[in-house]
Amino acid sequence: MREFGYQRVFDVPGAVALLGTDPEARFLGGGTNLVDLMKAGVERPALLVDVTELPLGRIEATADGGLRIGATVTNSDLAADPQVRRHYPALAQAVLAGASGQLRNMATIGGNLLQRTRCGYFADLTKPCNKRVPGSGCPAIEGEHHNHAILGASEHCVAVHPSDMGVALTAFDAVVSYETADGPGELPLAEFYLPVGDTPHLETALPSGALITGITLPPNPVAAVSRYRKVRERASYAFAIGSIAAALDVRDGLVREVRLAFGAVASRPWRAREAERLLTGGPASAEAFAAAADAELAAAETLPHNAYKVTLMRNLVVAVLTELTEEATR
Amino acid sequence: MTVTTVTTAVTGAVGTAHTRLEGRDKVTGAARYAGEIPYAELAHGWLVVSTIARGRIRSVESAPVLDMPGVLAVLHHGNAPRVNGDYAGMLGRPDPIVAPFQHDRVPYAGWPVALVVAETSEQAREAAEALVVRYDEEPHDVAFSAGHPGTYTPENSPHMQAETEKGDLEAELAASAAVVDAEYTTPEEHHSPLEPHAAMARWDNGRLEVVDSNQGSMWVADELAKLFSLDPASVRVRSEHVGGAFGSKGVRPHQVCAVMATTVLHRPVRVVLTRRQMFSLVGYRSPTAQRVRLGADADGRLRAFDHQAHCLTSTVHEFVEPSAGVGRVMYDAAAHHTVNRVVPLDVPTPTFMRAPGEAPGSFAVESALDELAEKCGMDPIALRTLNEPDAGPVSGLPFSSRNLLACFQEGARRFGWADRDPRPGLHREGRWLLGTGTAAASFPSGAAPSTAAVTAEADGTFTVRITAADVGTGARTALTQIAADALEVAPERVRMRIADSDFGPAMVAGGSMGTRSWAWAVMAAVSELRERLSLGGGIPPEGITARSNTAEAVGALPSRERHAFGAQFAEVAVDVTTGEVRVRRMLGIFAAGRIVNPLTARSQLVGGMIWGLSMALHEEAFRDKASGGHVGADFAGYHFAANADVPLIEADWVDDPDDDDPVGIKGIGEIGIVGVAAAIANAVWHATGVRHRHLPIRPDRVLLAGAEPGGGRDARSRR
Ligand SMILES: Cc1cc2nc3c(=O)[nH]c(=O)nc-3n(C[C@H](O)[C@H](O)[C@H](O)COP(=O)(O)OP(=O)(O)OC[C@H]3O[C@@H](n4cnc5c(N)ncnc54)[C@H](O)[C@@H]3O)c2cc1C
Ligand code: SF4
Repeated sequence: MREFGYQRVFDVPGAVALLGTDPEARFLGGGTNLVDLMKAGVERPALLVDVTELPLGRIEATADGGLRIGATVTNSDLAADPQVRRHYPALAQAVLAGASGQLRNMATIGGNLLQRTRCGYFADLTKPCNKRVPGSGCPAIEGEHHNHAILGASEHCVAVHPSDMGVALTAFDAVVSYETADGPGELPLAEFYLPVGDTPHLETALPSGALITGITLPPNPVAAVSRYRKVRERASYAFAIGSIAAALDVRDGLVREVRLAFGAVASRPWRAREAERLLTGGPASAEAFAAAADAELAAAETLPHNAYKVTLMRNLVVAVLTELTEEATR
Repeated sequence: MTVTTVTTAVTGAVGTAHTRLEGRDKVTGAARYAGEIPYAELAHGWLVVSTIARGRIRSVESAPVLDMPGVLAVLHHGNAPRVNGDYAGMLGRPDPIVAPFQHDRVPYAGWPVALVVAETSEQAREAAEALVVRYDEEPHDVAFSAGHPGTYTPENSPHMQAETEKGDLEAELAASAAVVDAEYTTPEEHHSPLEPHAAMARWDNGRLEVVDSNQGSMWVADELAKLFSLDPASVRVRSEHVGGAFGSKGVRPHQVCAVMATTVLHRPVRVVLTRRQMFSLVGYRSPTAQRVRLGADADGRLRAFDHQAHCLTSTVHEFVEPSAGVGRVMYDAAAHHTVNRVVPLDVPTPTFMRAPGEAPGSFAVESALDELAEKCGMDPIALRTLNEPDAGPVSGLPFSSRNLLACFQEGARRFGWADRDPRPGLHREGRWLLGTGTAAASFPSGAAPSTAAVTAEADGTFTVRITAADVGTGARTALTQIAADALEVAPERVRMRIADSDFGPAMVAGGSMGTRSWAWAVMAAVSELRERLSLGGGIPPEGITARSNTAEAVGALPSRERHAFGAQFAEVAVDVTTGEVRVRRMLGIFAAGRIVNPLTARSQLVGGMIWGLSMALHEEAFRDKASGGHVGADFAGYHFAANADVPLIEADWVDDPDDDDPVGIKGIGEIGIVGVAAAIANAVWHATGVRHRHLPIRPDRVLLAGAEPGGGRDARSRR
């Protein structure tokens, strides 16, 4: 492990100034991903700028009835927040479905959005990987890929984004705020992650050196009846092999509004807009849910060992929307 | 000494729950492990392992690394001390893994190619990661399969009989009313104890001292003496606390490299392995492919039993996972054939891993028995009861004790087995299909010669010295209870000193033979001491010491089939729309001789059962064909059960007396695992109607296999 400098910062302009555009410096949140990658040699920063003492640790209601979540709020605090639990239950469930209690106590919201893929080749310097070393190849395609992408991938990279939280945030149209030396900026989560294409090493649209300051959730009445279901290879402490965040408003057997996002299927949390479009205004029936899932998944491109994800996601859509229909009409 | 002079006077310590003597030290952090004991002038070694799977080292470019801060040395095949690795190790042949840096050949990915030694462990690591090693790469083959062309049947050895055969298999199969013919596979599995391998070595007044984490300090001392051509008396190895071992902590490159480095640098050197290095340096369980053929009469009586087990080994050393051994103990038939076959590939040498042979072997055989029960329309326990042998199916020897049926009876009663509807795929609770399953377990109960010394101290206390190892099992506590009872004193008056090669030869903590073998030696030394004390007279300041050596007594043990037995039960819930399998409860009832410490015994058994659960549902190392190395060789990538996967688990035992046995103790370290994966797979079949013959029973496999009410479908094998 390379020797590195460490500095704690207490105000946002100071943090941004200190990091500057130094390619060798990194913001440090809870360190639960960055430090692991440093040990693996994937990240070799010269300076860590610890952001956890910045005044970004609050969750506040916005004037219009949404929520603003500071970037350094821990995953544990987010999941425990009464407003989150009441108005966006799927978000609390998603966070609680991730990692372990100890990790959630350390992990921050900003860090969670920027955590790197769990593709086994990415974290192993002895193997090629386009995301780590552009142009070196993607061994996952011929090798171990049972938890790799079925949507939106490319021949250059088939990795998935590991965040659970991000899936729920995507369903609820979250907006990421950031700060750079040139001032503040905003990015809807839908535009936050870049398409894979032939540049899998470029993951987000954040300007270089930008500090994430928070996330805003617009008011979203439909989110009150929402759910996160995660399937993983053990009951806890494992990343999703398929997950879904869903919110549903059903009246008289018809879908008035629906939100649907998939996890562990793409390089970013996947908003299932095609399925949402097909469902809206139609019947809240298992057949309709299945047809919408099929339409969304029609674009799926599978590899020999991840084709099961198509069936899994379809089954999850039907199961979770059926449960929400029952909940809404109870 | 004869067997009969060893008697146990019961004062009641044995059989009474006792917390670990060192438990408080461990939970408060006062107990120090090999990797964390401070030494003046300690230097730190960091291993560099090969990134290619086959070939030669062209160059190790140490010059730039030697200029890095704190770096003291870079050892590699060009400059490392020569060792003599040609002696016969535990398996009767040299094992090249104990002789690193002796040549330029690379037999697999993760082979040790250099050791960087520096003032701090961070400096050593940074330099090791910067070290450039150039290779001439050759094509490799790491793809295991049952039909691999390089497969051969190994020679019989005292450690493993390769093949046994009696009767006319094809004729008996043809005459059978019910036949099962199925292939089962288990993946590459790793022990990866929580505490990584660590050893400090230093020279002290002409003696080599090694502070290690191992399963047998005498074993390590002996081999280090051979490797470095030293007088065995000039090597001392200690291993006070061990954070898990499971078969992986024998002689490994970390000790050898530490000795090399201290010899070159004339200061203490410690080498600690990383988790990732453990995946290629400390052994693992070979993947297996096992074909089982069973033939039975319509009433379920076995006519034919055939178990052909395949595994892999490295190209440089042969270790055979003896999966086909189970049937030689468990089931008899007029035609009986068992064979272990092996194929050498460009992979690390596998090794003993908790319940070697029995763990994967019982998965295949006990699953096949369940399939046969289905075919015969019989209850699986009734089928096993009907086929209970009177003598060893292969050896013909009588069993010293065999209380398998008592385990099934007690287990069935407690589990509520009688209420079970045998039809599969019919029991639903919300999204979950429910099922129950059972399987039998056995594990050999051996003993090996050991020595011990017991001292009556002038202050009325007693000190026992034995090169036992407490690998976290509670052995130190169990031996204290045994010594106390033998001495007829309270355990508080007994000081138990273990894990120091200066105490003389003793069995390693392995093969479920440790406590049995050590207890024997301790009891023998105590009885000798008591004879001397009975002569009267005072105790001198240095105390009175009696020594034992059980070699003769162990040799005189009559030939018997000696095993522990058990019955495993599991209830599972399966959601076939997501592939999730949850174990809802497990029960294991064992017949394992005299239970010394019920508290730690239960934790061994429950721990074993959790291991079996992991084996059934989670554990699987992925080897990348292109690179020949692992992908995800860490605890985020290599899954085993988390707490949330572990349901209510009950482990208990039935009486299992053996009046002819001088110790009466059988091992309990491994039997807990045996049969669990089959019990769970059988329960998954009962829940879904689909047979899962390939471990682990992953969500993708369950999802794609779906459900088949009434049974009859087989899940397909995928990677
Ligand atoms: C064993 C394990 C299991 C896990 N399981 C799950 C799981 O099941 N589901 C799940 O969703 N997650 C899981 N996690 C991931 C965990 O949630 C993330 O590691 C965590 O959210 C990252 O947060 P952090 O604050 O620790 O980030 P850090 O590690 O500190 O940082 C991650 C990245 O974000 C950058 N960064 C941090 N804060 C900011 C900021 N304010 N502005 C700009 N950049 C910033 C850092 O520079 C770094 O590049 C798991 C992690 C581990 C280690
Ligand atoms: S999938 Fe992406 S991250 Fe994984 S090896 Fe390929 S390029 Fe690298």
